Amino acid sequence: MKADKQDSDSRPSQRREMTGAEMVVQALIDQGVTDIFGYPGGAVLPIYDELFQQDKINHILVRHEQGAGHAAEGYARSTGKVGVMLVTSGPGATNAVTPLQDALMDSIPLVCISGQVPTSLIGSDAFQECDTVGITRPCTKHNWLVKDVNDLARVLHEAFHVAKTGRPGPVLVDVPKDVQFATGMYTPPEVSPRTSYHPKIQGDIEAIKQAVALMLTAKRPVIYSGGGVINSGNEASKLLRELVELTNFPITSTLMGLGAYPASGKNWLGMLGMHGTYEANMTMHDCDVMLNIGARFDDRITGRISGFSPNSKKIHIDIDPSSINKAVRVDVPVIGDVAHVLEDMIRLLRASSTKPDEKAIDQWWSQIDRWRSRKSLSYTRNKDVIMPQYALERLYALTKDRDTYITTEVGQHQMWAAQFYHFEKPNRWMTSGGLGTMGYGLPAALGVQIAHPDSLVIDIAGDASVQMTMQEMSAAVQYEAPIKIFILNNQYMGMVRQWQQLLHGNRLSHSYTEALPDFVKLAEAYGGHGIRCEKPGDLDDAIQEMIDVKKPVLFDCRVANLANCFPMIPSGKAHNEMLLPDEATDDAVANAIDAKGRQLV
Amino acid sequence: MNAQNLASGSAYFIAKETELPVTTVLSVLVDNEPGVLARVIGLFSGRGYNIESLTVSETEHEQHLSRITIVTRGTPHILDQIRHQLERIVPVHRVVDLSVRADELGQSGPIQRELALVKVAGLGEHRNEALRLADAFHAKVTDATTEHFIFEITGKGSKIDQFIAIMKPLGLVEICRTGVAAMNRGPMGM
Repeated sequence: MKADKQDSDSRPSQRREMTGAEMVVQALIDQGVTDIFGYPGGAVLPIYDELFQQDKINHILVRHEQGAGHAAEGYARSTGKVGVMLVTSGPGATNAVTPLQDALMDSIPLVCISGQVPTSLIGSDAFQECDTVGITRPCTKHNWLVKDVNDLARVLHEAFHVAKTGRPGPVLVDVPKDVQFATGMYTPPEVSPRTSYHPKIQGDIEAIKQAVALMLTAKRPVIYSGGGVINSGNEASKLLRELVELTNFPITSTLMGLGAYPASGKNWLGMLGMHGTYEANMTMHDCDVMLNIGARFDDRITGRISGFSPNSKKIHIDIDPSSINKAVRVDVPVIGDVAHVLEDMIRLLRASSTKPDEKAIDQWWSQIDRWRSRKSLSYTRNKDVIMPQYALERLYALTKDRDTYITTEVGQHQMWAAQFYHFEKPNRWMTSGGLGTMGYGLPAALGVQIAHPDSLVIDIAGDASVQMTMQEMSAAVQYEAPIKIFILNNQYMGMVRQWQQLLHGNRLSHSYTEALPDFVKLAEAYGGHGIRCEKPGDLDDAIQEMIDVKKPVLFDCRVANLANCFPMIPSGKAHNEMLLPDEATDDAVANAIDAKGRQLV
Repeated sequence: MNAQNLASGSAYFIAKETELPVTTVLSVLVDNEPGVLARVIGLFSGRGYNIESLTVSETEHEQHLSRITIVTRGTPHILDQIRHQLERIVPVHRVVDLSVRADELGQSGPIQRELALVKVAGLGEHRNEALRLADAFHAKVTDATTEHFIFEITGKGSKIDQFIAIMKPLGLVEICRTGVAAMNRGPMGM
């Protein structure tokens, strides 16, 4: 169950004859894989038979293939390694689609190995047959159907290479059952990958020089960093911190990039975007030079494009050329890996005779401090009812000095977690950003806990999301993974309800859950531990109990039912048209989005 | 909230309404492996791009390379996106916008050719007229009975369009067109 025991007992093997099923296991070992998540079925039984007869690969049995995928994503995101899932044909593969698309949108390296009906039956509508490569083609970076056992080893190694290099992403290898039984030649990982695939790692030095020159003219700069920094590795986060130190530029980050720059750092503005801080969004709007590092101008970030940072020159560092100029036109594109580009950038900055315009930047900071003083994350405390923001403040206070990893589901709780939980390191924050998959957090927490058995792993959840993959509690109990599911329970699909209040005349169509399970009894039924907390005064003790229990915990935190998530950029509005909590009267909320904005959402 | 917004009209934004769609020809060099065409056309349908013509065949047998020629239409910004998205597909080696390349080379456009088989059935004066016109268009007769001809015609799409239009009243039965094959002028490869 350790993530870091690879290498020692997994020296690459030699060319030799073996069955396809043996090749799958051997390739995993040769790729340094120690843990995989999966679910057996008819078309993968030969591979499961091989797994049974070895002890190098630890297999985690989930309760639904979607859980395997999200667990593998959490494992990958928290370790920087490739996550691996193993599923059977037909329904096994179709259940894998959600996590594959999730990983595609958030650039998570994931290898999915799926069983397929025997090659002679492909196309005959055989039992548990589906067109797996057809279905997963648009939700993977690449996929393969292996029809000849002699191709299998090469394809598996290529799959790992494609998943983890360039802009990382999910890949799928479909292995028919007869190929698993057939005997062929296994080849160890090769150094020379296919000729058509060679992502650009090193940035163009002329472009970097141009970027540096632009940065040195900046009077109102901002750094906007994203998930690409995390994907690039620890070195990229280190260099990012060095760059901020060197320039004194303010820095904000997307949801996916939290932790790359520490939240306690003095240049930190908080997250930007739809539920970002006032200071982050205003800084973006009024800046004159924007340095985008590994982010992609997502529509939740930019607000109305025509009002997005209208007076700035924009530099964009991205490993994926198709991200450049996709949503927002930039002035200086730099295509390459974040760490490589930042290294060049810092070297050029240090060597430059011109220095950043200290005086102008100081003035810029005093403007930013005025924005900060609006305290856009403030909320009204209540001594009888737990405010969700308060719950997260206490959770943060009581867990920040521990070795903590946070996952989330999707909705209001996710945004509050991003606002009120503060991250000092990369790879500590696992959330479904691009696809927005409710049900991501619980299995992701399982994956993180498998990779970090001794750490504190908390899924900040909502009462609706958590029920989508609740079955993985059973897997957590089986593998003694003491994940903590901290449910902000308001009995609503809170974000849906908030949008209905904003857009649909407060007609709360099907966003209220009338028959919630008793989460405490549910935890006990699974063999875990249940806690319920209803009063602010009891919260600290209850959280402490959650931390101390060495079992999976469902924490039913009853919070104010109708709290809204602010600040907010209503759709169709620009960064400087935020709705702040102190201005968000019921009337303002009801009229925040005009008819045109309603179409955008 | 402050009111200093709407300073748009800035050059940095993608002004969709000001850019006019143009037609272009893309050459895509790919590994000839199962599913590669599905990846390419799936990208077009999935992202809402247009395909006006599509031609594909293996061109370098030993290296298992196929060349896909796609005629597509979009704003320059969308065409740029199409090219970059195609380049992301793992078995894609190269993508060249032949129209842009022709501009760079100071040429009016890439050479574009299409082949069509056109079946015409009829008797008497119509039959003679069809044969006369085919000759004028340099179309070859590839099959004939006393009741029909199959003409083989090669040329620009517009020439084939015209030929088909003329054949319509003369007993046109069916048409098969290959789609556009294209290449830039001059000694250099793609």
